[in-house]
This record gives sequence, C-alpha cells and structure tokens, in this order.
Amino acid sequence: MTHFRKSIATLLLSLVAGAALADATLLNASYDVARDVYKDYNPMFQKHWKAKTGESLELKQSHGGSSKQVRAVADGLEADVVTMNQANDIEFLADKGLVAKDWTKKFPNNASPYTSAMVFIVRKGNPKALKDWSDLAAPGIQVILPHPKNTGNGRNTYLSAWAWALKQPGGSDAKAQEFVGKLLKNAPLFAAGGRDATTTFMQRGLGDVLVTFESEAELIAKEFGKGNFEVVYPSLTMQTEFPVAVVDKVVDKKGTRKQATAYLEYLWSKEGQENAAQNYLRPRDAELLKKYAHFFPAVKTFTVDEVFGGANKAFATHFKDGGTFDQIYVAK
Amino acid sequence: MSANKLTRATQEPTWVRYTLLAVGLGFLFFFLGLPLIAVFVEALAQGLPIYLEALKDSETRSAIWLTIVIALAVLPFNILFGVAAAWAIAKFDFRGKSLLITLIDLPFAVSPVVAGLIFILMFGSQGYFGDWLAAHDLKIIFAVPGMILATLFITFPFIARELIPLMQSQGKDEEEAAISLGASGWQMFWRVTLPNIKWGLLYGVILSNARAMGEFGAVSVVSGHIRGETNTLPLHVEILYNEYNAIGAFAAASVLALLALVTLVAKTVVEWRMKAETDMLNAELPGEKTS
Amino acid sequence: MSAKIQRVLPGFGLALGYTLVYLSLLILLPLGGMILKASELGFGQILDIALGERSLAAFRVTFVSSLLAASINAFFGLIVAWILVRYPFPGKRFVDALVDLPFALPTAVAGITLATLYAGNGWLGSHLEPLGFKVAYTPLGIVVALTFITLPFVVRTLQPVIEDIETEVEEAAASLGASRWQTFVKVIFPAIGPALLTGFALAFARALGEFGSVIFIAGNLPLISEIVPLLIISKLEQYDVLGATALAVVMLAISFVLLLVINALQWWAANRHKNSEPLEVAAGKAKAGEA
Repeated sequence: MTHFRKSIATLLLSLVAGAALADATLLNASYDVARDVYKDYNPMFQKHWKAKTGESLELKQSHGGSSKQVRAVADGLEADVVTMNQANDIEFLADKGLVAKDWTKKFPNNASPYTSAMVFIVRKGNPKALKDWSDLAAPGIQVILPHPKNTGNGRNTYLSAWAWALKQPGGSDAKAQEFVGKLLKNAPLFAAGGRDATTTFMQRGLGDVLVTFESEAELIAKEFGKGNFEVVYPSLTMQTEFPVAVVDKVVDKKGTRKQATAYLEYLWSKEGQENAAQNYLRPRDAELLKKYAHFFPAVKTFTVDEVFGGANKAFATHFKDGGTFDQIYVAK
Repeated sequence: MSANKLTRATQEPTWVRYTLLAVGLGFLFFFLGLPLIAVFVEALAQGLPIYLEALKDSETRSAIWLTIVIALAVLPFNILFGVAAAWAIAKFDFRGKSLLITLIDLPFAVSPVVAGLIFILMFGSQGYFGDWLAAHDLKIIFAVPGMILATLFITFPFIARELIPLMQSQGKDEEEAAISLGASGWQMFWRVTLPNIKWGLLYGVILSNARAMGEFGAVSVVSGHIRGETNTLPLHVEILYNEYNAIGAFAAASVLALLALVTLVAKTVVEWRMKAETDMLNAELPGEKTS
Repeated sequence: MSAKIQRVLPGFGLALGYTLVYLSLLILLPLGGMILKASELGFGQILDIALGERSLAAFRVTFVSSLLAASINAFFGLIVAWILVRYPFPGKRFVDALVDLPFALPTAVAGITLATLYAGNGWLGSHLEPLGFKVAYTPLGIVVALTFITLPFVVRTLQPVIEDIETEVEEAAASLGASRWQTFVKVIFPAIGPALLTGFALAFARALGEFGSVIFIAGNLPLISEIVPLLIISKLEQYDVLGATALAVVMLAISFVLLLVINALQWWAANRHKNSEPLEVAAGKAKAGEA
C-alpha cells in the first residue's frame, strides 16, 4: 500500500514544480546503459558530499536513448547534469543555451571522465578469421550493427570504418565512402539499438561479427557466458567519449550549481575513476588504466575531433538527411 | 417442423465447426500462444526464485504501481466519453457523422511517438504553452499529468468504437419504447441502454485498460524516465532489457501479460452476476424469458 | 429518416456536446498544434520531405503491410470471434482472455519475442526458413508484427455484435427453408458486416502508426524494410522536429482520408442493412404465422 500512496503523492506533488524534499536534489539525465555506473557512483558521492559539507543530497537518475534524453532536457526535463555518450547531444543543448558554449573546457579531458573503444565480437575461435575492418567488407561476411543513422552505437561503427579507410595508403573520402558502402552491404539488418544487435548476434545466431563498445563485451559475457565469443581489436578504432555537463538553466533556477559541479568533478576522483574501470569503461587515470590493463588491452584509437573535426560536423556530414549514409543507400 | 432440420440450419455442419475451431485456435496459438509462452520461458529461464527476485526490485514495484495508477486515472474519462459519443452517434442521425467517427479513430493512426511529440509541442518548454506553464510553475510533461494525457490520447477511441457498432446494430426501438412508456432519460439509460451495452462496454474497458498499461511509445516521450518517479512498467521493461537484465525485463513483461488476463476474472464475475439476475427474473416471471 | 423520430430519445445535445468538447480539447487541439508547427515549413518543403525516395519507399512498406495485417485479422478475427461466441470448447475462457494480450504486452517486448520466434534458429523460424519463408528481418516480419499488435481489434468489435444476434432470426430463416450458408450470407453477415469493417479500419489505423514492435523484427534496411514511424524517429535523432512533424502530418492526412472512406462505407452498409432487412422481415412474418 505504501507504493500506492507514494504514487498518489507523486501524482499530486508533480503538479507543483520544484517541490524539493531533501536538502538538495539532483537529477542526472543519462544514456541507457549507464545505470550500473551511476548506481554505484551515486551513494559514493552522497557519502563524500555529506562528509565534506554535512549536506544530504537526493540523487535521481533518468536513463534513455542519448539524444532522446537531451531532447527531453531541452523540452523542460529539469536535469541538473547530463551524462551522455555522444558529444553532439551536449552541443545541441549548448546551441539551445541550456549548457555553456565552452562546456568541453569546464572539466578535464574534453569533459569526458572515461572512454571506451569500438571492437568486434566474433564467434568462438574466430572461424572467419576477422581481424580488421577490411575483413568485415569482404564478400560473404555478415555484419551485425545497430542502425547507423539512428543510434550512437551504429554511428560510431560507421565512423570507425570510415576513419580506418581514410587512413589507408591512398585513402580519401571518396574511397572511404565506397568502403563503408561495401561494409554496410554486408549488414543483413540494422538492429533497433545496441542491445537488440547483441541479442540478434548472440541469441538468434545471426551474422559473423557484431560491432559494439568494448564495455558492452563484458555485459555480453555476463548474460551469454564468456566462452561463447571472442573480442577482436581492429588496427584502428574510435575512442568513444562520454561527455558530461552541468545544465546551467536548471541549476541556476534550482540553486544547485555547487552540488552539480561537485557531482561531476568527483567523476575524476580516484573513487570515481575506479568505479568506471570496474564497469569496464577506460579510466582517464593512467595508474588505474594500468591496474585494470587486463580489461583494457592497448589499442590504436582516434577521436572524432581529430579525424572528423568535431562531433557536430561528423554528424552533419554523415548522418543528416542527404548525408553520406543516405547517399550510399539512395543515390545508387 | 422437425427439430433436426432447424438445427441443421441454425448450426453449422459438424465438419465446418471443427474446421473453424481448428483454424481459429491454430491462428491464436501461433500468433498469441507462442509469443506468450516465449515471454514466460525467458522470464523463468533461471527458475522461479530468480523470477520472483526480479519482481521484488523496488524500482519494478514502483513502476507497477505507477502503471496501475495511470490506468485507473484514465478509465473514468474514457467511459464517460465512450458512452456519450456512442449514444450521439449510434442513436441519432446528423450531418458529418462519418467525419466525427473518423476523428475519433484518428488517435489510432497517430504513431505513439508522434502522440507523445504533440504534447511536447504543446506543453514543452519550447512549446506553445511552455512559457505560461513555466510562469505559473506548473509541470505537465516529464511528470505524471503528461503521462496521463498521453495515455488518454492513445486510448481515446476504444470504448466509443466498441460501443458504436453494437448500439448501431441494436437500433433504438427499445429505448423509444421505454420513453413512450413514460421513463425518464436516466431511467431509460440505466434500465435499457446500459444492460444492452454492458458486454461492449466491458470489452471496451478491458481493451483500453490493457492498452493503457502496455503503452510504451507515447508515454516514453513525455515521461522523462525518472527512476521510481515517472517510470511505468513498459518503460522499465525497456530499461532492464537494455541493461542486459533479460530476466528482469521479461519478468516485468510477464506481469503485464498477467494483468491482461484480468479479463478472465472480470468477464467471469460479470457473467455470474448476470446469470444470477436472469435466474431470479425467470423465477419471478415464468414465460417471460425472452423479450 | 425524419428529424421528429430521432428526437424521441433524450440526451442528444448533451452527448454530442460533450463528445465534441472532449474531442476538441484532447485530440484536435494537439493535432492542430502539430499541423501549425509543420506549416512553418511551407507546403513545398513538406512535399519534398514526403516525396523523397526513402520516404516514398517507407510509405509503400507501411501502407502495404498494414493493409495485409488488417486483412489477415479481418479473416481470422471473424473466425475467432465466431468460435468464441458460438462454440463451446475446453479452455474457452482462457483463450478469450488471451485475445487482449497484444495490447497489454509492451510493443518492444512483442517485437523482441516475435523476432526470437521467427529468427532462423527460433521455434518457428527454424521450420519456416527451410521452406523458403524468411520472416524475421524482412518485410514479411513487419506484417507478422502488425498482425500481432492489431489482433484484438476485429475480434473484440465483432464479439458483442455476434452475441447480440438473436437466434430467433436464424431459426425463422431456417424455418423458411434457408440453408445454413444462406442464413449466414443473408442474415448474419449483413448484421456483423459493419462491425467487421470497423474492426478492419481500427486494425489498419493502428498498424499504420505502430513502431515499437516493428523495429525489432523489420531489419530496418533503407528502401526495403523501413517504415514511416522509423523515418520520423530518424528526424528526431537529428533534432529535426519540424521535419518529423511534417512527415507525421502527411501520414495523418493519408490515414484520415482512408479512414473516412472506410467509415463512410461502413455507415452506408449499416444503413442499407437496416432499411432493407428482407429476411428478417420475412422471418418475423413467418414467426407470427406460426404462432
């Protein structure tokens, strides 16, 4: 019955905005697989903050697709901080004036406390001997990936393949587009999202290779067993960032700037970094990266800024309507 | 007249009956039975204790409650509108009736995502009423009221559309007779109309209820996904699935499937009460069995 | 139909007034807001968006698969409704309750489950693929998902109407020498025809907008298995709310016209049935003579 009463109370309270219950309440709007990271991080920070200031904080989480979450914040979801997996999502909030224009400078490392890399998941024993991006574009190989235009996971795969082709001897944008086109022809389907791609590959047995985040590989092991697949690191892949920002418009209204900033800063603390590593995300802290080296083999990576001149530009060139993805499919 | 001949013409030949049963049940088995079984197989993949454990999760429980609260909040609005609309449309002739019915159908054709989007366009901070709401410190979207609105939109046509063809096929003779015998409008409604439409109304309620509880797309757009606060069961299912918690996801989905089976209970109860009533009537008025 | 007869029954003004006000506030106002938003783009630009190669292909896939799904449901739904009302069989209540399942199950769960069932190694896919039927990740998969999602509509609109058919009419037809088939075609079918069309229209409308289940089984390949709601999502992913509303408005306009045609047809069929009723009239006379 308490749940019922709570729901009614929520119903009534939600009619009145900003009815804060604790000393201060923070809402963290985040991407969908970040739950494990913040489930452990939030109590850690609450303890830290209580010890430091004596203030008890209530921390609330909202998870969903990255750009969907950001749209919700732009439309009035009162999140104090956003912790996303795509930089162009936060750029959108900056354009709307909700986040500072120089948000990447507000925190170290391009405001991304941890990173990951795009990797190949192949069947046990790697029967098709898939080693690098070129193997994925070979005839007869089936590649499983989420929709390159509509999902962050798919976009990262697309850009990784593009960057690899670009960096080959004699590489050019035209050649990269041709290469990515060949690779996409090997996709029998575009999955609805990262998780759906995994299910399609692992459970439904479709395809020879799945392209996904390194961090996802450990989650796959948790659900489908470690021995059922192998992880392959290509010769060059994208270092994916997980940018964070304080939502100025909300913290100024609620008066929570101090807490919100501290909440994000603490992600770079030893505890915060170790928590990321334990969730299979590459910490920025070099010592910890070494300590957890068994999770994180050395791999040659590029960043979107280096190769594509920024997340916004990459998005506009490749994934907007009429971009290279559409050209590959429509202008045959 | 031989009873045999009568039966032959009021019932289908045996082979037809069996063929229809086989086709109908086969269709249901492949399209409904198997998916349902598959959901439970996934939910119980690691045994009953793990299944029950998944349901004990406090976020899952609060999602279940929120789902039920929204479904209950939506119900009276839908019943009132459904009966009013069906009464006007089925019992009276007026111009533009087909247009009105089509407008009532329209929410079905609107993609749930778009259904959510239209409320964002109205009440979002960049929407038409956004500034006004912010000035008055009122929250509609990313809060429960917005989720109720989206659910109302999605379930809008059900009861009306269930009742219209039924009331249409029943005609208006019985109601007209009641009025000409001096019954008031309300008496006619409670004594004649309501008993006549109760099955249709029940089906409509059950359908709109199932849809209200199962809706994902529209609610997802306006919910804001705040854990333990604006997270309904279907939204929670998606989150669990994306977190590689398949057992939790399918366990939560199985709860929704079980809620759908409430039909069974509701219908049975209504049938019992009806049977008791007719039995009583028959005892009082022998020979007046049919009207 | 003269106006005087209509007004014997009370409540027209109240019922219609309430219907119109509620409809305007909940449905027309938000949809109007959406159209207003889309109109910021101008007619030419909206057409450009709708007539692109990918959009056209998506419109074709969406409408064809929705039409197929609604037709499958009209055919099997009629059989299912008939056996559920008329034939006794063990487990009937359970089967009856099962019909609502597609509404209660979150659409994503339905999509995931169906994809698992119909994938090459799934319970059904492993039997179908050797026969040359690839369902999962093909346009056929879209039809399967839409059939599942819209299954309750035809069954639930027909059930109360079939329950309402008075067996005396059938008996009378039989006593006049009609065969079972003739009775069905001349007496039963005209009575349930309008409801069947209603169910078809609702299933069709709902199928057009469905998104959550389809993306998991469709394969989502551009020009082949992309549906319009997916393109709308794609626009939203690009933060192109205007483009998304433009597509939604085009979709809405087409659905509106199609539904209007079906509803006009349905109303015409219902009235024709009501005004002629040769067998029922004959049956009534025959019955009077018998007594």
